Amino acid sequence: MASSEPTALERLVNGILPENPIYRQLLGMCPVLAVTAGMRPAMTMAAATAAVLISANIMISLIRGLLKPHLRILVFTLTIATFVTIADRFLAAFMYQMSKQLGPYVPLIIVNCLIISRCEICASKQGLRIAIADAVGMSLGFTLALASIATVRELLGAGTWFGLPVLAESWWPRWGIMVLPPGAFLALGLLLATAQWFTQRRTANSHK
Amino acid sequence: MSSMELVVGLIQIVISAALINNFVLHYFVGICPFLGVSRRVDMAFGMGCAVTFVISLAAFLSWTFTYYILRPGAPLPAWVWHAVGGDASVSIDLSVLSYILYIFVIASSVQFVEMYVRKYFPALYKSFGVFLPLITTNCAILFACLEIMKHLQDPTELWSLPQALALALGGGIGFTIAISLMAGLREELDLCDVPKPFKGPGITLIIAGIMAMAFMGFTGMDKGVHAALSSLFQ
Repeated sequence: MASSEPTALERLVNGILPENPIYRQLLGMCPVLAVTAGMRPAMTMAAATAAVLISANIMISLIRGLLKPHLRILVFTLTIATFVTIADRFLAAFMYQMSKQLGPYVPLIIVNCLIISRCEICASKQGLRIAIADAVGMSLGFTLALASIATVRELLGAGTWFGLPVLAESWWPRWGIMVLPPGAFLALGLLLATAQWFTQRRTANSHK
Repeated sequence: MSSMELVVGLIQIVISAALINNFVLHYFVGICPFLGVSRRVDMAFGMGCAVTFVISLAAFLSWTFTYYILRPGAPLPAWVWHAVGGDASVSIDLSVLSYILYIFVIASSVQFVEMYVRKYFPALYKSFGVFLPLITTNCAILFACLEIMKHLQDPTELWSLPQALALALGGGIGFTIAISLMAGLREELDLCDVPKPFKGPGITLIIAGIMAMAFMGFTGMDKGVHAALSSLFQ
């Protein structure tokens, strides 16, 4: 029974591409669309989500023996809310401008389906080492997805990357729509389609 | 402010939250049910109504708690502090507990609504299935509570309960509009020839992007609305 469960290292690698939270599981879309107008807010959000996910997994894994079945979702949510409060106050104290720019999306990490589903599927049933590996893998996958979308949106929309000018005005006309809300939907839709296309090609090739 | 100005202000908040700053298409909250919505417009409309009801209930409760307990300079902690003989010039700010309280309020509201619907509308409860508890993780409700908290921070410009409820109602109406439109479009999509990589979330997101572009046309409308309503009620 134990040998069929994925090991810690397998879980870590799993979360990056094969079960990427955004491109495969389609969880936690709300912050993805909102903060990816630039690389800097996207990476700040990725770091905050990673911190909350790893802390919540550790805590839930430590108290997994005490969870009552019908109250467990509430316990997950309250634990996550506590860690998000800590992360939000930390950001407001040390990175005030970024905190103002991210606005209400840092507290919205509480209802990020990714964290609750990881607590439910993995942390409430597995030991500490496996829970941490799973959380780190998912965080890396989330960061990768956020980076890809933010890069596309910022390069096409503002010609900068992390605020540094990359594409000069004369080479590439700015697609202003990309840094506005519709651009978020369009960029994510096209990138999702690209990811699906790669998967379908790989499946088709492996069948040949 | 005269009562007419109050009503105009409330209507302005509702229209702003429903159309100009639509919760789904401008603020990106409530995306998960928006993308996974069924292809039937009546189911989507029912879901939208349920979310509107829960948002309003959660907004009412969170406004009450925030106004009387959590905000800087709130009356109840000040009264307790005074009762235990504390220094009167100290202003107590419990807003660090906001997120935990809001999520607790939302989870309880959803539980309460679920019990009520199961008892009095069993057919509706059956048709909702697993979606009713999932409303708890709907970003839109927590977002409404956070917006209300934002407007209760500045002691000189506090939002009253009707304004908070107007925001919640407008947000719920906007969510219902967006989700019903998307359900109707997805009905039509079944007859179209969507390329294979785009099937499912891909094409839905691109449609949402075009809808967001359309809703951007409402930007700047609030001044015109204010002028029109003021002249109407004058």
